[in-house]
Amino acid sequence: MELIDLYLALFIAFFKIGLFGFGGGYAMLPLIQREVVDLHQWITVADFTDIVAISQTTPGPIAFNSATYIGYTAVTELGFSTGYGVLGSAICTLAVSIPSLILMTLVSAFFFRLKHNRWMQASLSVLKPAIIGLIASAALMLMNGHNFIDYKSWIIFGVVLAASLKKVDPILLIVLSGVAGLFLYPA
Amino acid sequence: MIMSIIRQYWELFLVFFKIGAFTFGGGYAMIPLIRNEVVGKKLWLDDDEFMDMLAIAQSIPGPIALNTALFVGNKRLGFKGSLFSGAGVILPSFIIILLVAVVFTQFKENAVIERVFKGIRPAVVALIAAPLLGLGKSAGVNIKNMWIPLVVALSVWLLKISPVYIILGALLLGVSHLVYLQQRLKK
Repeated sequence: MELIDLYLALFIAFFKIGLFGFGGGYAMLPLIQREVVDLHQWITVADFTDIVAISQTTPGPIAFNSATYIGYTAVTELGFSTGYGVLGSAICTLAVSIPSLILMTLVSAFFFRLKHNRWMQASLSVLKPAIIGLIASAALMLMNGHNFIDYKSWIIFGVVLAASLKKVDPILLIVLSGVAGLFLYPA
Repeated sequence: MIMSIIRQYWELFLVFFKIGAFTFGGGYAMIPLIRNEVVGKKLWLDDDEFMDMLAIAQSIPGPIALNTALFVGNKRLGFKGSLFSGAGVILPSFIIILLVAVVFTQFKENAVIERVFKGIRPAVVALIAAPLLGLGKSAGVNIKNMWIPLVVALSVWLLKISPVYIILGALLLGVSHLVYLQQRLKK
């Protein structure tokens, strides 16, 4: 019974993330963090940051990656076996995709009428800059004591920010910061 | 006859499986690869259709890669086609993240892994913050509407307002601005 409730809660949370996840990628992070860290506490904020790091080094959209990962860990952390965890992953991934499936099916039917529709244009006029604000809030929410433990964290942050603005490959930057972590934080 | 129909579904699945498996960084990083496959190799869309589809995929909630896959699948073979292209783009990251989740949860408490992630966490935040300027420019953020991303970022970060309300508010504000302009035009 406990498991069914968890599956249901996971489904609703990720359906909501799919439905309100405008802007894709980083713009969806504050919403995901709010649902899975703040409201349901399925994972900690440090775990959440690790998922984002894993997402940045593996293929595929962040929304799918976090759905798959959180679906598995939320179930197995409660002591259920791997098989139930895999089912949790599948439920979350499906839930986050269903809103897109419904909306894209509708849009495909009305596509050319929607394109130049001024109501559509008007809705997007404020939404687009708002999405930039959501991405900024994703960065601000992760600038906390769990992820920034001392001055060394800020040095890594500064170096990676500068390198990323110079278009250095993000995967390379993550690998290098991992190596830097090994040297900066001796056992 | 039947074989050729099955082959068309299989082809849709395969093309988007490839897109899902080889695009790191999600969303915007995937666009050149999708274009190369769908416009360049398969001729499923022409360039104009591709640009229009991209605009729609970005205006609808959900991961951009999924929305693109669903649109192309639907255009090729209807609703059933979108199920195949959608499954194709989801599966690679599902399999990879599931493996990561199963393995990573075993080693999470490992001291070496923890040191590596101490280095990676601040880097993740820098990678989210770095594209903000460029994205802001392409979303049409200027001096006049700069208050929108600022208010959004601060209210999600400090006031803990749910991104769901931000999205709904932004849509409402955009539409009521158009209504206001139309009323003023009438007078």
